[in-house]
Amino acid sequence: MINVTGLSKRYGGYLAVSDVSFEIKKGEIVGFLGPNGAGKSTIMNILTGYLSMTRGTVTIDGYDIIEDPEKAKKKIGYLPEIPPLYTDMKVREYLEFIYDLKKVKFPKKPHIDEVLKLVRIADVQNRLIKNLSKGYRQRVGFGAALIGNPDVLILDEPTVGLDPKQIIEIRNLITRLGKNHTIILSSHILSEVQAVCERIIIINRGKLIADDTATNLANKLSKERALFARIICDEENMLQTLKTVSGVKSVRSMGKVETGAFEFVIEPEQGKDIRQAVFEKVAAMGKTMLSFADNTMTLEQVFLRLTDATDEELENMLGDKGEEE
Amino acid sequence: MIAVFKREFKSYFLTPIGYIVLALFYAFLGFVFYNYYSSGSPDIVSVVSAPSLISIFFVPILTMRLICEDRRQKVDQALLTAPVKLVSVVLGKFFAAFAVYALCFAPTVLFELIFATKVKMNSMSYFYALLGALLLGAALISIGMFISCLTESPAVAAMLSIGVNLIAYLMPYFSDLVKNQKYFGWLSKVFEKMAFMNAYESFNNNIFKIADVLYFLSIMAIFMFLCVRFLEKRRWS
Repeated sequence: MINVTGLSKRYGGYLAVSDVSFEIKKGEIVGFLGPNGAGKSTIMNILTGYLSMTRGTVTIDGYDIIEDPEKAKKKIGYLPEIPPLYTDMKVREYLEFIYDLKKVKFPKKPHIDEVLKLVRIADVQNRLIKNLSKGYRQRVGFGAALIGNPDVLILDEPTVGLDPKQIIEIRNLITRLGKNHTIILSSHILSEVQAVCERIIIINRGKLIADDTATNLANKLSKERALFARIICDEENMLQTLKTVSGVKSVRSMGKVETGAFEFVIEPEQGKDIRQAVFEKVAAMGKTMLSFADNTMTLEQVFLRLTDATDEELENMLGDKGEEE
Repeated sequence: MIAVFKREFKSYFLTPIGYIVLALFYAFLGFVFYNYYSSGSPDIVSVVSAPSLISIFFVPILTMRLICEDRRQKVDQALLTAPVKLVSVVLGKFFAAFAVYALCFAPTVLFELIFATKVKMNSMSYFYALLGALLLGAALISIGMFISCLTESPAVAAMLSIGVNLIAYLMPYFSDLVKNQKYFGWLSKVFEKMAFMNAYESFNNNIFKIADVLYFLSIMAIFMFLCVRFLEKRRWS
């Protein structure tokens, strides 16, 4: 549905987006994740034809955004970071304007009624946009993106400025829309991306640094996936015993953490699952295990690791990507 | 184009601008009309051409927000990502301003009818004068709209447009000024051609020259073209 190859954007001497390529299939919900100023909005603005790229190509459903802008734009509903609203218009009036602007073919009144209902702004349809709160404005902008029922929805931080209840509403709406739309959603809120997106593209300093599902990303980065065990025992004795468990690469003690209990970090050999073996060993020794945890990285940790990493570290972390494909 | 036209035209009357411009214009026209009417010399051409000088000041008021306001409020994102050509956005905005301008001259139809009851007149001269006024306005609007592209502040756009219009208005004087200069005498001819008031005047003298019509149409075309190019360029920079 969306095909991006070698996309770069230069503002004067500043390279805002550098050589980004990805492909999004029909019906996917993809999250763009990145810290502020990473280039998410710039990429979205290029995808929607608001900005032009310095290099690279973008095609939407086979139509090049530069060569065939009208056909490509017809496929897209765009909600920019700041919803573009004529604040001196009423909500309904504005949606009617967008309807005319997009040259939509559906019957006008039912279509606009439907959109108003979908984003829950029917109750403010006759109010001036300038008198609406940020949350409502955001939803009017969302409504405008939905006018004409485009195949692709590009949403730049759709839940910014909303209260928690509204955030949940909008998320549910996105999930519902995701059933028959292709959606790109940007955010710097991880839980949001995790909640609605199947696939995550992480962008940092204008570069695409990861493109995978949330679980895969977490797995990929937890090579040093270690187990944390808190056991009531004699430190030295336990260290020696744990080392003998098959599949264990190394064991370290973190020292005494509670009365009589020590925390051990047990690292498995590559690809080995040692949880059962370790547990049984400790049980066989008649020692009490207070806690036993796997340090699966949360998406939050993944994100921080990736965006803080230098290029070299990234290479190491994601280096196996090429081999897998 | 029609969507943009409708929205922009309406917006003149959502803010006081449309009402203020129309009210002032009608007051001025009414005053001029009353003078000619009561003095017993019903000269419709003089009434229609009287506001040409004030057009220089009030057309920028109509055009100042046309493009820069969109950009300031970031609404241009809605326009530029919609499946419409830039040309139709620019044309829609142009015709909206032009429609308000044309409305300003609506009462002159009435004045013409009132004068006609008094004396027998050549209604072609009224038609030419009106055509001249509309063409002049269209040219000023396209200039103002282009300037509105260049800045993000409506106030700056208005000041710049008034400045440019004044310079254009004063071109015949500049032309005279350099006529006898030793080195810059040739500039006189250039200035003369740039003075659109010369082209405008002939409409008021009951002369219809296709060249004058083309002159104004080409000013419009050039500035609207520049306007489109500027909006386009902004995407690339």
